[in-house]
Amino acid sequence: MAANSVLLGLVEEFVSGQQDSKASETATGVKTGQFTVLELVEALGLSLTSSQAQTRGRGVQLLSLVLQECYASLSEREVEVLVAFYENRLKDHYAITPYVLQGIKALTKCPKLPPGLSVSILKSLFQDVHVQSLMLKERSCVYTILLNLMESQEEELKGLGADFVFGFVQAMDGERDPRNLLLAFQIAGNIVHRGYELGKFTEELFEVTSCYFPIDFTPPPSDPHGITQEDLILSLRTVLTGTPRFAEYLLPLIIEKVDSDVQSAKLDSLQTLTACTTLYTHKDLAEFLTGLWTSLRREVFQTASEKVEAASLSALTALTACLSRSVRHSDSEDGLEVFLDLVLRDCQHHLCEPDLKLVWPSAKLLQAAAGASYRASRKIAASVVPLLLEQYSTRTQCAQRRTLLEVVQGFVQPAQNSLPGDGEESILSGFQQPLCSLVFSALSESNTGLRVIASRVLTALGQQPGLLLPSDVELAADHLTRLVLEEDEPQICSAVMDCSCALARLYPDAFASKMIPKLKGEIFSEPMVQDDGSTPAQTQSRQAVRQRCVAALAVMSSKPSVVQESAPILLEVLSSAHAGSGLFSLEEVVSTCHSLQRVAAQAQDTEETGRFFHDIIIPRLLGLALQAALQGEREGAQQSPLTEEAVLSALVPVMSTACSRLQSQMAALTASRAVSLFLDGDVSFLPENDFPSPLQLLKKQSEAWRRSQLVCLLMACVCSMPRSVEIPQIDRLFEELEELSCTSPHPFSYTAAAKCFAGLVNKRPGGDQLDSVLERMMKRISSELDCASSSFRVQAFTLLLWVAKALLIRYHPLSTALTDKLFSLLPDPELADAAAEGFSLLLSDPADVLNRECHADVRIMYRQRFFTENSAKLFQGFYSADKGRKPGYLKALSHIVNHLPRQVQLTELPALLPLLLEALSSPDRRVQLSTLSCLHPVLMDPPPALTPQVDGLVSHLLKLTTSPGMAVRIASLRCLHALSRLPEHMILPFRARVIRALAKALDDRKRLVRKEAVEARGEWFLVGCPGR
Amino acid sequence: MSGGTQLDNENPQIFQRSGERLWTAEDEDEDIADPIDDREIFDLIRSINDPEHPLSLEDLNVVEQMRVHVSDPESTVTVEFTPTIPHCSMATLIGLSIKVKLLRSLPSRFKIDVHITPGTHASEDAVNKQLADKERVAAALENAQLLEVVNQCLASKLPANLMP
Repeated sequence: MAANSVLLGLVEEFVSGQQDSKASETATGVKTGQFTVLELVEALGLSLTSSQAQTRGRGVQLLSLVLQECYASLSEREVEVLVAFYENRLKDHYAITPYVLQGIKALTKCPKLPPGLSVSILKSLFQDVHVQSLMLKERSCVYTILLNLMESQEEELKGLGADFVFGFVQAMDGERDPRNLLLAFQIAGNIVHRGYELGKFTEELFEVTSCYFPIDFTPPPSDPHGITQEDLILSLRTVLTGTPRFAEYLLPLIIEKVDSDVQSAKLDSLQTLTACTTLYTHKDLAEFLTGLWTSLRREVFQTASEKVEAASLSALTALTACLSRSVRHSDSEDGLEVFLDLVLRDCQHHLCEPDLKLVWPSAKLLQAAAGASYRASRKIAASVVPLLLEQYSTRTQCAQRRTLLEVVQGFVQPAQNSLPGDGEESILSGFQQPLCSLVFSALSESNTGLRVIASRVLTALGQQPGLLLPSDVELAADHLTRLVLEEDEPQICSAVMDCSCALARLYPDAFASKMIPKLKGEIFSEPMVQDDGSTPAQTQSRQAVRQRCVAALAVMSSKPSVVQESAPILLEVLSSAHAGSGLFSLEEVVSTCHSLQRVAAQAQDTEETGRFFHDIIIPRLLGLALQAALQGEREGAQQSPLTEEAVLSALVPVMSTACSRLQSQMAALTASRAVSLFLDGDVSFLPENDFPSPLQLLKKQSEAWRRSQLVCLLMACVCSMPRSVEIPQIDRLFEELEELSCTSPHPFSYTAAAKCFAGLVNKRPGGDQLDSVLERMMKRISSELDCASSSFRVQAFTLLLWVAKALLIRYHPLSTALTDKLFSLLPDPELADAAAEGFSLLLSDPADVLNRECHADVRIMYRQRFFTENSAKLFQGFYSADKGRKPGYLKALSHIVNHLPRQVQLTELPALLPLLLEALSSPDRRVQLSTLSCLHPVLMDPPPALTPQVDGLVSHLLKLTTSPGMAVRIASLRCLHALSRLPEHMILPFRARVIRALAKALDDRKRLVRKEAVEARGEWFLVGCPGR
Repeated sequence: MSGGTQLDNENPQIFQRSGERLWTAEDEDEDIADPIDDREIFDLIRSINDPEHPLSLEDLNVVEQMRVHVSDPESTVTVEFTPTIPHCSMATLIGLSIKVKLLRSLPSRFKIDVHITPGTHASEDAVNKQLADKERVAAALENAQLLEVVNQCLASKLPANLMP
């Protein structure tokens, strides 16, 4: 009885005392079993039967609120009684209806809904409630009830037959709120997709949904519900395209709406058309094909926007694909044939009009239709290709021929869906001979555009089996060789390179035997004039030819058989340069290294290529570099270009790319060979091993920088291995690298040694061993750095920086100690500048080591983490530093912020802006540039924090437009351009000043700067003007 | 096309675009001064929108690079434009747009001459005279309605590549 009195108290307080909080208390009571639902109903008794509508409402509300919390625990019997009660209450006063609906909604979620109840709920709902006269929330309640029942009681609802559809149509007819529309569309979608019987209400259901098509909805400014036009469009589209039974209504509607003036309506209609073809068959479409085609053709011919054009074309493809899929009946005609005849009739003749006026739209339409299926492409190619071939031969103007060739290219490039299946031959095989001769004749023309297109067509022909006969491949190789040797037009060069790359992949043997020997001959051919009689221009053009040959060798190398021919030639170039042939300039040697890297990167990952690199390329490169170093040390000997830093730096990526792709066994062998070469002078694996001993490559000797700089190759080798590869003698290696990096006087050597050390540290598993290595290093660095008179402070700093980077990216606990050390160097008189620059390195990805390609341990978001942990230190340091030291902090900050992801930049901006503005006034050009580049994206999407700073920003930016550095001028003009998009009231006061100041930039000496100035000034002219 | 208003030329011929300028190493080199050349001027005006079609002047062949001449040392620019049909009522507006674009985009030292390609328009002389008259150009830009149309022609909203 005690429980009952509590319950009565609660009910009383809720109903008469109007205390809403009591509802949840009651619900808790029911849930914990303190009282049952039955007791609650008994306690409610008086309120439910009161003559006051308000009291009854309150009573029902309490019951509904409780049911919402504990519908899951109700028994079947209880549900039955409650449903009967609620159904009855639907007839009650209108003020009660909201609570009744809430109760029903709760009950429909109940897992134990007895059979027959859902039908009865629906009947009373459709009978007693006029949905559209309810408020927004109650309407949503009704839709949710329907959705709940559709989820759990599908069978019963289907038993209702078309009545359910009719009830729903009546319920949603006239709905206006987007939130409810989403629910209503979901119900309609379920009806259509889950096979509810539509009966005679098909048209009604279509009408009641299609009246919203095409959807035009702009969310309210603050967008509180997060519903976009896109959501509505997509959910309506699912309904409309869900069943072929709508076809007879939907297709005329689409034809009508495609003609709309509103672009979004056009797009929506076209996309809906594309979507509905997945379910439709020829039967559904037949009647409307002519109308649809007329609309699509009109949209493409009168192309006003790229989007509409693309949508029309993909609709055409979808339509053709649908027709190609349809089963053909023996009695009726083939729908696809008829439709394609229509397309051909309307488009074909434009291909042969004398002025070629509508050739592009027509070709696009034809190609879109052809791309739908093999059958379609076969039919279209059969009529169009002969026509194009004939046109090409009758036209004489280059521009027209070029257009035609481009159209041909479109037809040769096969679409995914129209590829021939098994046992079918390529659609173009009938035209193989004329197409090939067309391409080869175009390749021999003098017109640039024609040649470029021809090489693209050649590429496309090669992709399809059977379109290039072996004799054609050889001819193609000849043509490409000729173009590589003769053409210096950049456009043609790149087209030829692309073509060689693609074809050599497909026909490696032909290219290895035809093209490569010729290129090799050209590379090593001696100049015609023996003495110095050749003019600089001639030398230059010979160099350019050789460069192109080398580049062509590189792009062709993807298949093993080509790589084994081409890579030795590149190596030969290096050894010839080393031997002092004088044939190759330094830049050529460097670009040969780049080509070699390209070979290593794109060579197919096979056992064969791996072994080739392991056995031949890597030892020969190491051997060459070593010979060059030793030769350089001899008195009076000629300096080999392979001792130059530029060449060595270019060799590093070759080695690291090759090593990073080795299989584990070969990788381990290479690593141990490299280590024993550098530690013990073991040269047994090098091709020519007549080297003096001891080599002592890592030992510091006064004149041995040529040897010690080779450590960069050691780095390339051991730091790019997969993490699983064990590096032998690692402790000795650490010791010697530390020694070299801390004591070498040669910058390239000590930097490379520091990088190598860092690269190894990054991959070592954590533990005592690593900690002791790091501890020893830290001690040494600290003592060097703390001693102001030490001559090795720069070296110690370099090692510190690289190791900090290595630890930072793997989240090692010691990294904080190292980065703190870097921060402490910012006020250092000698190292401040280097330390500030160091932060740029700390947060960027180095090209040659400690990146993901080298299998380094790089955690995601280490930059954010670094920023959050250290920004406070930086701000504090900046504000407490005295004037002369501030630039260091600004520089560091600007570098750090510049590397942060944009999302983080935006959130941190309010705190950063004043500092960034200060950084803009720094005299250091790198700081200016780095700051501008992090400001630009911010200005594209300006945050409110910017408002008070606009004045200062404009002044700073205008000042920078006259900076001596071209990059700074460009970046500041871009920022000014971005500023013009700010709200008018903020920037109008500056309009005159900006326009006047930018007039000077219009006369800049650099074209790229003028381009930005023109764009920025043009936009500023429009600020506050009509017609913007 | 939107119905209702009568267009001067309902079905103009569309031409291929020339594509973006290819930047060379010299353009990137700080030490080399690049003189203003024909292509640069052409790039300024080729993307101007046609007043009656959603197309650029280049698409319609109203402006062509061979009809643009510039001399940087002498500070002169000459642009000839070709209306799509000889009775085009938009000729003055197109000329004005080109002129305004050049005025806004070139250093003030340049003398800008914009006129119709000889023999391509019915009232060629009248239009040329209007365009050459500084005061009439200035007065035209005082007119808010006219300025609005010109600004719409100059606004950068069309995608860069409508045709392949």
